[in-house]
Amino acid sequence: MRTLRRLPLNLAALAVLAVAVFPVYWMVLTAFKPAVEIQAETPTFLPLHPTLEHFRTAVGSAGFAGFWRNSLLVTVGAVLLALLVALPAVFAVGRLRWRGRRAFVLLVFTAQMAPWEALLIPMYVIARDTGLLDSLTMLTLVYFMTTLPFTIVTLRGFLATVPAELEEAAQVDGCTRPAAFRRVTLPLLAPGLLATSLFGFITAWNEFAFANTLIIKNQDARTLPVWLSSFGNVFGTDWGATMAAASLFMLPVLLVFLVLQNNVTTGMTAGAVKG
Amino acid sequence: MTATRARLGALLPYLLVAPTLLGAAYLLLYPVLRNLLMSVQHFRMAQLIRGNPEFVGLRNYTELLGDPEFWTVVRRTLGWTALNTALITVLGTLVALLLVRLGRWLRLAVLSALVLTWATPVIAATTVFQWLFQSRYGVVNWLLDQLGLHGFREYAWFAHGGPTFAVLVALVVWQSVPFAALTLYGGLTTVPAELYESARLDGAGRWQTFRLVTFPLLRPLFALVTSLEVIWTFKCFAQIWVVSQGGPSGATTTLPVYAFQVAQSLHKYDVGSAASTLTVLILLGALLVNLRRMFRQEREEQS
Repeated sequence: MRTLRRLPLNLAALAVLAVAVFPVYWMVLTAFKPAVEIQAETPTFLPLHPTLEHFRTAVGSAGFAGFWRNSLLVTVGAVLLALLVALPAVFAVGRLRWRGRRAFVLLVFTAQMAPWEALLIPMYVIARDTGLLDSLTMLTLVYFMTTLPFTIVTLRGFLATVPAELEEAAQVDGCTRPAAFRRVTLPLLAPGLLATSLFGFITAWNEFAFANTLIIKNQDARTLPVWLSSFGNVFGTDWGATMAAASLFMLPVLLVFLVLQNNVTTGMTAGAVKG
Repeated sequence: MTATRARLGALLPYLLVAPTLLGAAYLLLYPVLRNLLMSVQHFRMAQLIRGNPEFVGLRNYTELLGDPEFWTVVRRTLGWTALNTALITVLGTLVALLLVRLGRWLRLAVLSALVLTWATPVIAATTVFQWLFQSRYGVVNWLLDQLGLHGFREYAWFAHGGPTFAVLVALVVWQSVPFAALTLYGGLTTVPAELYESARLDGAGRWQTFRLVTFPLLRPLFALVTSLEVIWTFKCFAQIWVVSQGGPSGATTTLPVYAFQVAQSLHKYDVGSAASTLTVLILLGALLVNLRRMFRQEREEQS
């Protein structure tokens, strides 16, 4: 009786499950299917004859290693820069009392809501004026700025969970304030630093609009999302190779989510509730 | 010695936030101002190369506002935003309500699936949807054909405006429901069970319980999710640009796509900037709601 009553509920759950998973499943499945099965009148839903042929095509396509290198450089550069700039600011906001502190926090909130897509045109013009068009430097700077407000807000939340008394104790033992912060609080912030930089990593890794606008002539300087979006030019109608490339592109993000596991939902929603 | 030290101590906070302020000044404030400036200049290809743009007042804005195409785009953008936000919020709520009622294993499975969807990069999802809806070998057409809708056999989704629009909505909704559902689910788990119990004892049905107990309690969370979805779908660019570049024949051009096209394809950087400014102005309502919420939260935490 009870199971019968729960049946519609469980069926709905299975439907949600199917809709949520199917596109990703289909991507990976297509990547492993031989070409004959991809171009079949009746599709097959299981990997009956898995092949690595499409992954070989994707990895062997022109410039593949370069696009990975570009994406990694830009993403890691932006995340490290954001951490480097955010940490002192977070210390000032969370541990020191000074005039203008509140105004600074509000400024960071406002920056976090910045509609970046509306700044594509001035960014393009500025990059052109300063000779940074088609260079990874400008892209790194843009990603640094898009992740910085989020990094400050989230790290500040993590810092609030570390009692300031710990630093004060270290000061009694003869440390200066910044040294106490560096030696005592920073190690305790490590999980927060990891989570924050991984979220920043995802944002920058996936970014398309600026990468598509700021890198135009120098095709070798493109990042993975732009390269993947132009699969039609790269692979023609080779859907197997396209899906293999998409799967490879998604892999680092998936790994990051696995690392974050439990933090992922709480951390991300907390970040969103915070702004 | 101590005096200089004290002065240094007083300066320290400002030195610490200086890099953030410098970054924001050059990479955020300057582009915003530059955008405003360009929108009141004559700034085309020639000015991009040679400089010396001429001040033209509000001419770019009047050109835009007098263009019927601009208004079509504005209406389309509002429709796009309303449709997506409504679908995301309703489906997100339903999934969240479903999640709290599920058994442990099935709930874990659905939660994992939602996180997987959420983790899918925008461009990866976009390419996959293009493949799902491919005319000849796309699995969607095959499925619809199997279900008896033979009209969809080798149907070319991306050849017409309406169908392209529909695929884009499906893509954005698929990508956005997990965030809404997970956030609302998080909120639902905080509602005390006694409240549901007393509502049930008072004879409230499911819909009444939701309307009178759940919704009022989670109103701030609903407001958060809805306003964020409005912002995200309104300024959505990548998916549309990759799938259709605003086509076919302009049928999926929303404001951000329009501004970009005007600037990059027509080299009217001035009119594009004006369109971007208007985009932000239209969005300002939703943005301010969010900012106010953050500011209020900040005040509460301080006190």
